[in-house]
Amino acid sequence: MNFSGLIQDFGPLTIAGLTQGAIIALFALGYTLVYGVLRLINFAHSEVFLVGTYACLIVWGFFGLDQNSATPGMGAVIGYLLIGLVAAILISGVTALAVEVVAYRPLRRRNAPPLAFLITAIGASLFISEVVGVLTHRNQRGVPNLIRPTDVLVIGNMHITNLQILIIGLALVSMFALDQFINRSRLGRGIRAVAQNPDAAALMGVNKSRVIMLVFLVGGLMAGIAAVMYDLKIGVTRFDAGFILGIEAFTAAVLGGIGNLRGALLGGLLLGLVQVYAASLLGSEWLRAAAFIILVLILLFRPTGLLGESLGRARA
Amino acid sequence: MSTANGKTNGRAMRGLFGRQPVAVRVLVMVLVAVAAYMLPYVGSIPLIGPQIITQGIDWPSALFNMSYYVLLALGLNVVVGYAGLLDLGYVGFFAVGAYCTALLTSPDSILKTEWAWLYSIPIALAITMVAGVLLGWPTLRLRGDYLAIVTLGFAEIIRIVATSTDILRGERGFSSIPHPPGEGTDGKPIFGVADATPYFWLGLTVIILVILGVRNLDRSRVGRSWLAIREDEEAAEIMGVRTFKYKLWAFAIGAFIGALGGTIWAGNQNFINSATFQLQFSILVLAGVVMGGSGNIAGAILGGALISYIPDRLRGIEAGGVDLYEYRFAIFGFAIILIMVLRPQGLIPSRRRAMELKDREKEVAPQ
Amino acid sequence: MSEPHIETPEQLDEANARRADVPIPTGPATEEEPRSGRPADPDALLEVDDVTLRFGGVVALNSVSFTLRKGEIFGLIGPNGAGKTTCFNAITGVYRPTSGGIRFQGESLVGKKRHQITTSGIARTFQNVRLFPEMTALENVMVGADAHHKTSVISALFRLPRHWREERTGRARSLELLRFVGIEHRAGEVSRNLAYGEQRRLEIARALATNPTLLCLDEPAAGFNPAEKVDLLNLIKKIRDTGVTVLLIEHDMRLVMGVTDRIVVLEFGKKIAEGTPAEVRDNPAVIAAYLGVPTDAA
Repeated sequence: MNFSGLIQDFGPLTIAGLTQGAIIALFALGYTLVYGVLRLINFAHSEVFLVGTYACLIVWGFFGLDQNSATPGMGAVIGYLLIGLVAAILISGVTALAVEVVAYRPLRRRNAPPLAFLITAIGASLFISEVVGVLTHRNQRGVPNLIRPTDVLVIGNMHITNLQILIIGLALVSMFALDQFINRSRLGRGIRAVAQNPDAAALMGVNKSRVIMLVFLVGGLMAGIAAVMYDLKIGVTRFDAGFILGIEAFTAAVLGGIGNLRGALLGGLLLGLVQVYAASLLGSEWLRAAAFIILVLILLFRPTGLLGESLGRARA
Repeated sequence: MSTANGKTNGRAMRGLFGRQPVAVRVLVMVLVAVAAYMLPYVGSIPLIGPQIITQGIDWPSALFNMSYYVLLALGLNVVVGYAGLLDLGYVGFFAVGAYCTALLTSPDSILKTEWAWLYSIPIALAITMVAGVLLGWPTLRLRGDYLAIVTLGFAEIIRIVATSTDILRGERGFSSIPHPPGEGTDGKPIFGVADATPYFWLGLTVIILVILGVRNLDRSRVGRSWLAIREDEEAAEIMGVRTFKYKLWAFAIGAFIGALGGTIWAGNQNFINSATFQLQFSILVLAGVVMGGSGNIAGAILGGALISYIPDRLRGIEAGGVDLYEYRFAIFGFAIILIMVLRPQGLIPSRRRAMELKDREKEVAPQ
Repeated sequence: MSEPHIETPEQLDEANARRADVPIPTGPATEEEPRSGRPADPDALLEVDDVTLRFGGVVALNSVSFTLRKGEIFGLIGPNGAGKTTCFNAITGVYRPTSGGIRFQGESLVGKKRHQITTSGIARTFQNVRLFPEMTALENVMVGADAHHKTSVISALFRLPRHWREERTGRARSLELLRFVGIEHRAGEVSRNLAYGEQRRLEIARALATNPTLLCLDEPAAGFNPAEKVDLLNLIKKIRDTGVTVLLIEHDMRLVMGVTDRIVVLEFGKKIAEGTPAEVRDNPAVIAAYLGVPTDAA
């Protein structure tokens, strides 16, 4: 137990935790959105994220960027970032849709039991991650140094880097945009309607099929953004990156109250914080165990997560 | 959990079987068991045999692999299939069983007990059952999806503890875990290193015992209570079913069977370390259970065997210059999707007891 | 908790044959239960005492009191949304009253677990049929019969004598009950394949299998045609004749009039009338409630 270390580094740890949490939160949105509408754990969402981490690397590769390239100038960095984001978002979104069409829709047509969906999702997850694994010879792939972390803000011993600000900022903007979309737009209203009462929504003329595609797509877009941020932060990716972070993202979604968008944000940030604190206190190997222990404790006292479950009542 | 309109393709066949007199059914079962014991020699059947056996791994070893996967599938089927509790961390119980055996028998253990393999079994089973109850006690009140993530966490915590504590030795692991006892007529140990056939027979014997036990439970008030819980938990409770108690029992029984698999496996491998108990393993077993047909024994056996057989069969096969073994899990993932899309209720759907009951009615009616 | 005897088919046969007051025995143990609360009507079976139930700001039940006597058919009526089912749920432990007491055979039910309430002798059916759809009709009833069985997991695992004994008596009794409600020929059918009326009857059989002293029926005639309703009324009377007290929820006044001994009328969560069918029928508050005219009484 290293209490003095935790107290001494509390500020920097908090920032690191929030950065990690921001990525987890964006990733968690996909789980929460699909769960809110279909009441199913989309196990393949981890692979939607995974393909995003590779998509931007491949596109950057077209421009001759690899892990050994020198950091380009400011304008170029912004350009590359945007291109990477677009690529990741696109590929992740398309993958999410493909998962829906291949693994979910046929079962829905046949009125399969809920467990069957989980298993096809597992099959899809296994398939995608293994294909990526074989294609990459199960080696990790380095990320170009687009952003060299430099301190831009120093408060006491808290050194906040440009990268951390970018990640947290981008996550908050994306979350805000999504929240507005769900709560204000017509399509968002459709999603909320189906989440609250699928039958009534169908009677009112909401196209359930389209809503389902939409939540997969939106979840995929968010995962794509998270994937780029993950690449920049971690610096490498590997075929099992999605699985490992996916479990944490799912934990975060449950922690905040699965099906609840703001719950995913809260759960993600909280999980990030708990992880870095625990790692500082107990050693980095306990990082993931701590997250689960916190989850169990919270669920025992609040069985539907911190903010409750409803996608429809996101403000609750 | 909602139930969809089940496909009843398997029904006609089972109806035919169910209508036979008890003696015929027992005879068929015995024949099936005998055939299972003969599986190591399947390669000598002309034409078909060589197609069935594995190439990249010796056939008895592949059979042994299947046997502990089947065992795990049977155990997980009690938890998921019967009681309807989604357990994503079943490998945790397998790990607890294996580690208990390792701790009690291996010279590397700080306990320095170095027991014989056989003596470690009761302790390993008891400790794992207690672990199941301890995990279930606080968590079984949670709703399905939350239970899933908590069990997933349990397996992760077990693995992390195994990786990072000195007692469980992390990656270094435990070596020299003794084999099961017994000597052949030639004075050599029955359970050696060279031939996995005796391990398969051991596994098969345990499987048969487990099947008998699970079947007895299924056809009793216990099985009825599980089914009632699965179909409508609130209604079950109002009808007097002690839902929490039966869910806890399902967990404990699942843990027991998982630990059996773990100890047998440790006895075969000689060596375990923390790298063996990956989460993917639980997921794979779960996929087996559901693919085979959640909630019925035949389905669990088939599913458990397939998740082990498909990857092993793909070993050492080249197609168009690529080693299919590389792609085994990708192919497997694709196979899972295909099977579930074509048969959402699993390969052997659980349209279980209708026929049996008709049969039993006849026994009752003349009274 | 009391553990009544296992019902034998002979006893039930006898009861059916004579239609006399051979009670479905609940065992002598209940007599020895410590009685709590004030001593009330010696014939009282179920006492609902000043029960209030709130959901957030909504008052679903407002100071409702009534008493059921042993052996009667008691009607709980009122327009839709009057709080009948809520009242039912409070009795059977689905909801916990915000305030007030519910006593069954002198023993408080508040805070008891649902399965304990069932084993203490209260059984119920559901307004929307809630059978176990994948089970056969016989198995559904056997789940009810299991409520009083003592076979442990271990004795089921090893098929010890108790398992065989209870399976045998449980199955026989379940078949008797299926015959009693008139669907014995459907025993082996998966319950979701049964016709609607059969499902309703099956629910009653399943509830009876738990050996109740009090049977609560939640709109058992919903969706029935007049002929089926008559059959059902006869069945309810038949159940009463075996010694079981019946609490009947219904919004169809005419149905209740024909069969009940006493009636309580609820409206907006409040009791507005109580008495014999004749008394209730002439009560102006009840007439107003059913015709939708607001009155001062309501």
